[in-house]
Amino acid sequence: MSYSGGHILIGSQREGQISRFPAWVMLVVPLAAILFQVYVPLFFEFLSFLEMPLLVVVYFALMRRSQIGGLMVGALVGLAQDSLSKNPLGMLGIVNTLVGYFAASVGLRLDVDHPLIRMLLTFFFFLFHQLFYWLMARALLGQQLAFEIQRTLVLGLLNAVVGVALFHFLDKLRKAT
Amino acid sequence: MESFLNRYRSITVLLLVIFAQLVLVAFQVKTDRDVRMIRVWTVTAVTPVARIVEALRGGSTGFLRNYILLHDAHQENLRLQAELGRLKMANNDLKNELSMADRAKALEVFQSHTPSKTVAATVIGIGAGTNSKMVFVDRGTVSGVERGMAVVTPDGIVGKVITAYPTASAVLLITDPDFAAGVVSQKGQVHGTLKGQGTPICRVDYVPFEEKVEPGEWLYTSGDDRIFPRGFPVGVVKVVRSAQPFKEVLVDPSGMAGGLEDVLILVEGVHQAIPDTPPANQAIFIGPPPPADATKPPVNPGNAPPGTPVGTEADKLRTQYKDIGDAQGHKFGEGVPGSKPPDFNLRPGPVSTPAGQPAGAGGRAPAPPPASKSAPPPGGALHP
Repeated sequence: MSYSGGHILIGSQREGQISRFPAWVMLVVPLAAILFQVYVPLFFEFLSFLEMPLLVVVYFALMRRSQIGGLMVGALVGLAQDSLSKNPLGMLGIVNTLVGYFAASVGLRLDVDHPLIRMLLTFFFFLFHQLFYWLMARALLGQQLAFEIQRTLVLGLLNAVVGVALFHFLDKLRKAT
Repeated sequence: MESFLNRYRSITVLLLVIFAQLVLVAFQVKTDRDVRMIRVWTVTAVTPVARIVEALRGGSTGFLRNYILLHDAHQENLRLQAELGRLKMANNDLKNELSMADRAKALEVFQSHTPSKTVAATVIGIGAGTNSKMVFVDRGTVSGVERGMAVVTPDGIVGKVITAYPTASAVLLITDPDFAAGVVSQKGQVHGTLKGQGTPICRVDYVPFEEKVEPGEWLYTSGDDRIFPRGFPVGVVKVVRSAQPFKEVLVDPSGMAGGLEDVLILVEGVHQAIPDTPPANQAIFIGPPPPADATKPPVNPGNAPPGTPVGTEADKLRTQYKDIGDAQGHKFGEGVPGSKPPDFNLRPGPVSTPAGQPAGAGGRAPAPPPASKSAPPPGGALHP
């Protein structure tokens, strides 16, 4: 699907087509994103700011335009992230579930092939992810984590820029319709 | 009812999934137990891929270095600029290899010398999450690793195993806020509890304010925590602030100072003595000598007469008492209780009293037994 105008709301059935992906893409891409987060910062520490699993969740939720599919991808990726951290299982799972659900809801209404929309949505969902995790850590675990607003905004912007490039790459893995 | 569920199917599924995960979190927090099965699945799925990627990275780096670069270098040998670039690159590679070889050798030497039984492991990943202070190593229960084992490098302690999987283990780093270990200072043998702060600097809790801990002092594991054997280096005290009821002590951990690639897991820890000197592989800063100033006369510390050994007041006292004892044929430590002590008011030789300082004005230095000031012995009074 190519972007076809200046408007950002979905105006026709054609524009609202669901993107489909091969099964191996749905399996390998989230795994690669998690592996990236676990492995790459060992050698390039400055890349630890990238929330690749979150970007992948946002992308699949936006493009598949299925709320149930989006929340399932979010839950699975979040639980996998929890498994590789010292957090109780479910902390990142809940956050990513909500991100997947809301991203899919947005994908039903907006033309998510527009790079600017993608960037804004990625930025917004990064902030939502960080803020909601911070709230849950305080409320459920009693952890007094610091929430640095300026740092979070900058990281959100960086993730959004990387997200646009990543989404462009992932677009090439879509099944031709 | 069916149409209702169909209409609100998405939100129903969302609420169910969220509720299930909330129950999962609540179960773990309430019972302080882990749902090991899910973690094992994920780690077993991810760590083998990480090992394969690491092997591919090593192999491709070697292939690139040994074949493609050499091939290119052969083609570019005709040009001097390319030759220079290749030599620079080779030089950097050699430096890197030398550095890696040094680290590996240090680890091997440490492993052979330490009385503890260890397993060498390589870091293959870090914990998920931006604030994570956890790493994964490529040794698990198959290699004899168990939860709670200590992880060290030749430079100091690194962390402890919090979960052991068949092929990998999760290590909580010393900088994690959940980390704690018993430590003891090298000089004063002051005990405390080392805790991570989520930053590269750790703090030591429960050091009473009356205890003496100085910046620059080394800390070692105390063995109190039953995880780290006694005597492993922990780090150097950076800051000490007085507070009530405990001092605020910040420590720069030494274990991860040279990067974190290869570590040792203590399978069987053996307690060791706290060494008297800092670890040998640590650089010790020695300040430059003061500039020579010919216009000022040399300072005689403590107004001591020439020939008096330079040192603390206690050192000077000890020397003077020893001289007095030698002059009177008395050997300290050999007399039976109740025997006559030497006369400390007698002096073995002439000692000049500092000008302008009256006899007996010795400040708070420990004084010998009181003597009559009105009738000093011919040799003069002893001024410690």
